[in-house]
Amino acid sequence: MFSNLSNIAEGVDNAFLIILSIIFFFLIGLTVLLVVFIFRYRESKNPKATQIEGNNTLELLWTIIPLILVLGMFYFGWTSWKPLNSDPPKDAMVIKVTARMWNWSFEYENGKHTDTLYIPAGKPVALDMKALDVIHSLYIPAFRIKQDIIPGTPRKAWFIANSPGSYDLFCAEYCGLQHSYMLTSVEVKTSKEFDAWYIDTTQTVVVAASPQLAGKQIVQKYGCNACHSTDGTKIVGPSYKGIFGEEITVITGGKERIITVDEEYIRHSILEPDADVVKGYNKGLMITYRDQITEEEINLIIEYIKSLK
Amino acid sequence: MSESKQPSYLEYQGKYKGLFGWIFSVDHKRIGLLYMYSIMTFFIVGATLGLLMKLELIAPGKTIMDAQTYNGLFTLHGITMIFLIVIPGIPAILGNFFLPIMIGAKDVAFPRLNLLSWWIYIIGAVIALSSQFMGSGPPDTGWTFYAPYSFKTTTNMLPAVLGAFTLGFSSILTGLNFIVTMHRMRAPGMNWMKMPLFPWTLYGTAWIQLLATPIVGITLLMVVAERTLHVGFFDPALGGDPVLYQHLFWIYSHPAVYVMILPAMGVISEILPTFARKTIFGYKAIVASTLAIAFVGYFVWGHHMFTAGMSGTAQFAFSFLTFLVAIPSAIKVFNWISTLYKGSIHLAVPFYWAASFIFVFMIGGLSGLVLGALSTNVHVHDTAFVVAHFHFIVFGGVGFAFMAGIHYWFPKIYGRMYDESWALTGWVVFFLGFLALYSPMFYLGMKGMPRRYFDYLPEYHGPNIFSSLGAVVMIFGLALIIINLIRSARKGEKATANPWNGTTLEWTIESPPILENFEEIPTVTEPPYHYK
Ligand code: HEC
Ligand SMILES: [Cu+2]
Ligand SMILES: [Cu+2]
Repeated sequence: MFSNLSNIAEGVDNAFLIILSIIFFFLIGLTVLLVVFIFRYRESKNPKATQIEGNNTLELLWTIIPLILVLGMFYFGWTSWKPLNSDPPKDAMVIKVTARMWNWSFEYENGKHTDTLYIPAGKPVALDMKALDVIHSLYIPAFRIKQDIIPGTPRKAWFIANSPGSYDLFCAEYCGLQHSYMLTSVEVKTSKEFDAWYIDTTQTVVVAASPQLAGKQIVQKYGCNACHSTDGTKIVGPSYKGIFGEEITVITGGKERIITVDEEYIRHSILEPDADVVKGYNKGLMITYRDQITEEEINLIIEYIKSLK
Repeated sequence: MSESKQPSYLEYQGKYKGLFGWIFSVDHKRIGLLYMYSIMTFFIVGATLGLLMKLELIAPGKTIMDAQTYNGLFTLHGITMIFLIVIPGIPAILGNFFLPIMIGAKDVAFPRLNLLSWWIYIIGAVIALSSQFMGSGPPDTGWTFYAPYSFKTTTNMLPAVLGAFTLGFSSILTGLNFIVTMHRMRAPGMNWMKMPLFPWTLYGTAWIQLLATPIVGITLLMVVAERTLHVGFFDPALGGDPVLYQHLFWIYSHPAVYVMILPAMGVISEILPTFARKTIFGYKAIVASTLAIAFVGYFVWGHHMFTAGMSGTAQFAFSFLTFLVAIPSAIKVFNWISTLYKGSIHLAVPFYWAASFIFVFMIGGLSGLVLGALSTNVHVHDTAFVVAHFHFIVFGGVGFAFMAGIHYWFPKIYGRMYDESWALTGWVVFFLGFLALYSPMFYLGMKGMPRRYFDYLPEYHGPNIFSSLGAVVMIFGLALIIINLIRSARKGEKATANPWNGTTLEWTIESPPILENFEEIPTVTEPPYHYK
């Protein structure tokens, strides 16, 4: 429980400690009292009850003491929350976070793109977050951080990770079918390791044995497979299997038409998913990848889809 | 036993016979039982759904169903449990049956309206459940219907929303009926400070039903308008604000928690004095805290939204007020426990339920402190911790109180006694299963396992197994309890008018009560829990 893994965790865990102590004190104390009374004053032990209407001093005491305690808990909860609500320091490293059904993607100041959050230890990191479709919530339990990301309004969060390691990052707000798979990890590196990783821009270009395999990796990185299967089953969107070269019915501006799936159509589907909606599927679920994906990556995806016979 | 000219409400033959004699009856006692039978039916469905979910979670990965089914199940589980069971729950069943009797009246103020409320309830339930069978698949939004997901999903969520909307009217009308009943129909001599505590909590509850329910009604209508006419209230794609939806939803749904728990507290406040053979400790403090909860409860809804990005000032205020609302609940617990001090406690099943209520309610309430404080809330919000917390309150609190109440008033309702050893075994098994089911979720939440999770990482496996096994045990206990009650309602031994030595008015009349409750309206001279 007590992790101290981020600048925020320390304060939050102290608040936890204080509140949990009070909780257990009362829970145990009152339970013991309850059991003792039941045992001590059961009918066979105490055949005649003593009538007591109440006691104003006691009422006053057990209003005022809890009042003081709750005000204390409120105070610690609030002060340890303030860092969560504060503006990030000027020198913070800014990372753009994009949440969508059901994938996280992170973009660094030098243009690097990842699906795992890499950060240096000991340096403030500011997350500039947006959600494309529905509400998601960025949650890093180890750092005691959670922030809902509401589509339409960017949200911010910042923190300093204290020690290198790998930590879970979840989506905490229910967001549909694959909600429980919308997770990734935070890789906290020493600043040396991080810098080495950061300047190495070759890694943005996927290296793989063949364009098809590279395409497969890209599809995984962007989380396309949360909605598109490769074995013919329908998930949220149509399967990629065998679609290339097929004739399919799409709805364009409310009218049905038949088209053939070719390279241009796939490119168009990725950049403007709502323009031609495959019949039997809903508009608005797949959100454009225009600002995220590169032309080169699209070409590799096309090669990959072509290969799925 | 007095020789009565009137038949009991169970035997009475009115204009209609058989089933019609029930579903068209305006007798508050029959209506109370109508609610009980319908609510119990839904409850068995809701509990089964819960069990299926727990079985799915017994191991990571897919166990017995796919993700879409799971998402549909927790939505249906939430909708049935909240809207069909716990919100109407105690007021509609025990309130309807006992409120008039306990204040010395022949019926509620508007008996026909009362029957109408039940019909609206049934229609609302049918509409809500039709979402499962019609259109494009069961809704998968969760019972909170959060925008904009509820606009994006292709499933059939409109009937669920319309159903919840309809159910709201039933709630409003019941609230209205109870308020008027208590203002106008108390027996001569029963001034407000002589009214028993269960009616008092129904009074506080009724005001919440009356004032808060319309808000959710309007909100749900806005959702319908948005989905069908594409007016942009909540969906950012149409220029709306999703956070506005959350505000409107919780402005109702937080007070709704008190609609659930206040009457439960009332039931406990009846049972403890009866079994301790002792007047309640701090009657006035309990009444005052009831009203305080009902009032302050309106202003704390924001604690459901501490991660949604409200202004710092709003966060500060909501956290502060949330802590204040903890005080009156604590006062009640202190008074209940003090009621036992120097009592002469008759150990019987209703008392065990009531005492275990105090225990689970303390866990539920105290864990709420973690959720009231800002920084700790942020960590456990939307995790299994919250699920544990509200199940301890809503199922532990309300459920245990209902069990206490039904075992307490059962001989009055049916004029028969249940089998006590079955009832006791049922309680033990249920209680242990309950603790095993929900306690591990506190731990899972602290460890960061989000809620509404079809699948989880292997590190969360252990506590989940424990929790799932707990569910099986609890359901077994539940089965014992229900079987015992159903069997005893028909075959149990005949009960006397006052088997527990209670002092409130319902114990002065026959078991089962006659059609008009009292041969002659009593005059009240003593406070409600007057033992000599
Ligand atoms: C949130 C779910 C979702 C995600 C994630 C998603 N899509 Fe889609 N996709 C859909 C849906 C639904 C459709 C069908 C409706 C339409 O045509 O817009 C679709 C349609 C398509 C089509 C047209 C398919 C056909 O059979 O004609 C292609 C190609 C496609 N997506 C590619 C991708 C790629 C590449 C990615 C990842 C970069 C991706 N999608 C991510 C939901 C998704
Ligand atoms: Cu999400
Ligand atoms: Cu609340």
